[in-house]
Amino acid sequence: MLYLSVEKIRTSAYASFTDTISQTDLIVGSRTSSIQLLLYSVFRIGNATNNITWESYEDIISREEVKWSVPISLGDSHKGFRVMGTTDEYFTRYKYRGGQSLEIQNGEHLDDLYDVVLGASVTEKLGYKIGDPLIIAHGLSSFSKHEDQPFKVSGILKKTGTPVDNTVIVSLEAIEAIHVDWSSGAKTPGLETPIEIIRQMDLTPKNISGVLIGVNSKLQIFKLQRWVNEYSEEPLSAILPGVALQELWRVVGVVENVLIGISIVVIFTTLIGMTAIIFSSLNERRREMAIWRAMGATPTVILGLLMLEAFIVSFLSSVISTIFLFLLLIILQPWIDQTYGILISIEMFSVDELSVFVYFILAALLISLLPALRAYWLSINDGMTIKI
Amino acid sequence: MDAKLIKIDSLNFHWKKNSDFQLSVPSLTINEGEKILLLGESGSGKTTLLSLICGFISPLSGNITLGNTSIDELNAKNRDRFRADNIGIIFQQFNLLPYAKVIDNILLPLYFSKKRSSRLDNPYQTALDLCSSLRLPEQTKNMKASTLSVGQQQRVAVARALIGNPSLVIADEPTSSLDMSARKIFLDLMFSQISENQSTLLMVSHDPSLADHFDRTINIEDIIERSH
Repeated sequence: MLYLSVEKIRTSAYASFTDTISQTDLIVGSRTSSIQLLLYSVFRIGNATNNITWESYEDIISREEVKWSVPISLGDSHKGFRVMGTTDEYFTRYKYRGGQSLEIQNGEHLDDLYDVVLGASVTEKLGYKIGDPLIIAHGLSSFSKHEDQPFKVSGILKKTGTPVDNTVIVSLEAIEAIHVDWSSGAKTPGLETPIEIIRQMDLTPKNISGVLIGVNSKLQIFKLQRWVNEYSEEPLSAILPGVALQELWRVVGVVENVLIGISIVVIFTTLIGMTAIIFSSLNERRREMAIWRAMGATPTVILGLLMLEAFIVSFLSSVISTIFLFLLLIILQPWIDQTYGILISIEMFSVDELSVFVYFILAALLISLLPALRAYWLSINDGMTIKI
Repeated sequence: MDAKLIKIDSLNFHWKKNSDFQLSVPSLTINEGEKILLLGESGSGKTTLLSLICGFISPLSGNITLGNTSIDELNAKNRDRFRADNIGIIFQQFNLLPYAKVIDNILLPLYFSKKRSSRLDNPYQTALDLCSSLRLPEQTKNMKASTLSVGQQQRVAVARALIGNPSLVIADEPTSSLDMSARKIFLDLMFSQISENQSTLLMVSHDPSLADHFDRTINIEDIIERSH
């Protein structure tokens, strides 16, 4: 049962992982490795090595292949959660788990310049309600805050089980706005532009961290990717999210092997335990075996009986564990989904999983040969004398 | 009634692991229908002799003939089949499969012997008849064997040994776990039932006071030859 649970969690974790982003054809960022680009643009881990200029962005989206694009801008944080500047389109274009869109649980999308939309985990941990004020800190772990420009919570997203849950979303313009008086990563002393004036400024960003892109036709993905990678104005990278996710999973996948290893050890322990029990009950059963023998049962029958017992035990335990697993899944599935964002699919076993049962039962039979053979010899030698 | 059922001729045996113990029986004959008491102290080789007659173990040399069959010439599998067909066995105690119903315990030998089951038209009814002749209450038939008293269990064992009319019944101190009154009831019932089935009885005991019930008493010291 443990093996199967681990197996279920493993495949579901993998599915959830690869479902983190879907229906996005390309992610563009400054020149970097595909895993790193994926990590910061989707998983909000690590930093962009460099930014893309707004001009490059406009160049890219003016290509005929591009159907839609969502610019994102990263770099600031709020109490440990990443702040992401983007456009309203993010809410409709970003898809996870095979095409699900982000949904607002409470409140509404970004409307005002100083609106923020919070991911579900952010709200859970920090306890924000709609309308609460919120200050964004500069950088990821700095003490300087954009105190002069407070934000207001306008919406809270539903739980998705993706990194979006841990994200504070603002508009691209807001990111630009809070950095009006800053240059080279520090606030210019003495300069403090009033909010009213900022609101009237042109807040088109000069830089962004990355772009999510959808193309008109899948056939154009590679053409666009090559074009971006060969872009002459500045060094850029375009990656296919699916491919990068696979690469990343290969790194994370070590954990997967550890899980499989643990479950195999568990299976062996179970089998050894069962054999030990049969062995220890052999002595009590010598009387019983003598009775069988006296009735004319051959030692082979005794051997068969013990193996039949092992078969029944292992078969029943397989059936019972299956029932338990499904009950457990049915009970825990919503909770796991809510808490860890892993959607464990409740479906019949795959051929692979069924073959686990077959191997388990075969292994049980094989290992029960040990006590059964001992019983065989005992029953030959005991004859009528039952030495107790 | 004088036909010979068991014939033992210059039999030799010793256990592989215990070479101190040796059993030699130059000659022993038991007639059909006889009720024999085999007397002997513990460790004298009674049970070993029974094991040889039942074909659990085979002699190093010599012959054991049961009816017309030399069982020392049979291989292990055929000895097991021969035992299933011709011998009913009653142990000292713990005769029954504790988790099985009384009736299933009685019917058990028939699974291993086509010969014995073919002698019965209605095995279930025969088992019930045996139960009532052995004064086992009607309702015990569906009870688990472990819930019966020891005396009742031993009587169930008799029923099991007799079902399907094996020619030989072998009993290894079946009364040693019974008290005096239960012992008498048990022996009376067993004897009448064995007489009715016209089986031969070979019973082992260390208690000479039982001798009155039997046709003949054999002291094991008289038939074995000590080589040391």
